[in-house]
Amino acid sequence: MAEILSLDHLTKVYKGSDKPALDDITLTIGKGRIVGLLGPNGSGKTTLIKLINGLLTPTAGEIRVGGFAIGPESKAIVSYLPDRFCLPGDTSVKELIGFYRDFYSDFDTERAYGMLESLQIDPLSRIKTFSKGMKEKIQLILVMSRRAQLYVLDEPIAGVDPAARDYIIRTIIGNYQPDASVLLSTHLITDVENILDDVIFIKEGKVILSSPVEELRIAQGKSLDAYFREVFSC
Amino acid sequence: MSWKLDSDRPIYTQLIEILKIEIVSGKLPPGSKFKSVRDLAMEAGVNPNTMQRAFAELEDLELLRTERTSGRFVTEDAELIGKTRDAIASAQFDLFAEKMEQLGFSKRELVDFVNKKVEVESDG
Repeated sequence: MAEILSLDHLTKVYKGSDKPALDDITLTIGKGRIVGLLGPNGSGKTTLIKLINGLLTPTAGEIRVGGFAIGPESKAIVSYLPDRFCLPGDTSVKELIGFYRDFYSDFDTERAYGMLESLQIDPLSRIKTFSKGMKEKIQLILVMSRRAQLYVLDEPIAGVDPAARDYIIRTIIGNYQPDASVLLSTHLITDVENILDDVIFIKEGKVILSSPVEELRIAQGKSLDAYFREVFSC
Repeated sequence: MSWKLDSDRPIYTQLIEILKIEIVSGKLPPGSKFKSVRDLAMEAGVNPNTMQRAFAELEDLELLRTERTSGRFVTEDAELIGKTRDAIASAQFDLFAEKMEQLGFSKRELVDFVNKKVEVESDG
């Protein structure tokens, strides 16, 4: 099987809303690809990511991860970075690594410690003692230390300084398995477009474009960022 | 290595251009070992598949050769390196000549201009 993720007529309508947050989305993501999920605020990016991670249930349609329906089997192979920081402040980095190791059989403890060491993080420090930027890096290190088949990263570079952004991008490139895929959402296209294989544009809950990035650059003769501005101009 | 990439153009062609210049300028000397795809991709901040594609093209051009167990190496073919260097230099010259023509320089004036420039620079 060449795809890690497949969505089949996926639709999500939130209760009390008459407009679907995701409207009949059908697409697949291949193995070994870095895919950008791009769209303006409110286009449905986080809804899609939450559905893939089983945090929401679809109104209609189907999701398969590595051939599995969403459940323990899919969660075992998906490593998820939420769009907000969600680690408990009173625990130490070392304890957190223990939690991750216990929860995920694919967690690579050595890799996690290696990355923490390169940032000169003391594993005995408690989470609440770190700066916002450092907390985000720690969370990313935990997520990228799993040898998962699909990494789903919701806004991994939102609100960080340029140096931290470079660190995050390098950490993503350096740590996913060659046959694993990365799905990352962002609206900061310029910062990520050089690392993407494929791009998915979504707008008002619909996929309006799904294409390899280099082909798009050749066909349009412009950057992804410029093309995005054209497509989404208001 | 300087990885200034322009997002308007395909990334892999720019990677090829940068790596070719590294090779023909001798910054990556003949026979020297190349970094791994992943390491170089991290350094450049690009997708490893894109870097792989650039490597594959350099291999097709025989500027790079892969040894199954020990990795990738810069070619030791001095003639090929020289030819590649000439091709890049010619392309650069054409761009320059075109710009000068737009400024109204005749071929003769262009040559005189270049000679004068070179003399000034070697004197100073």
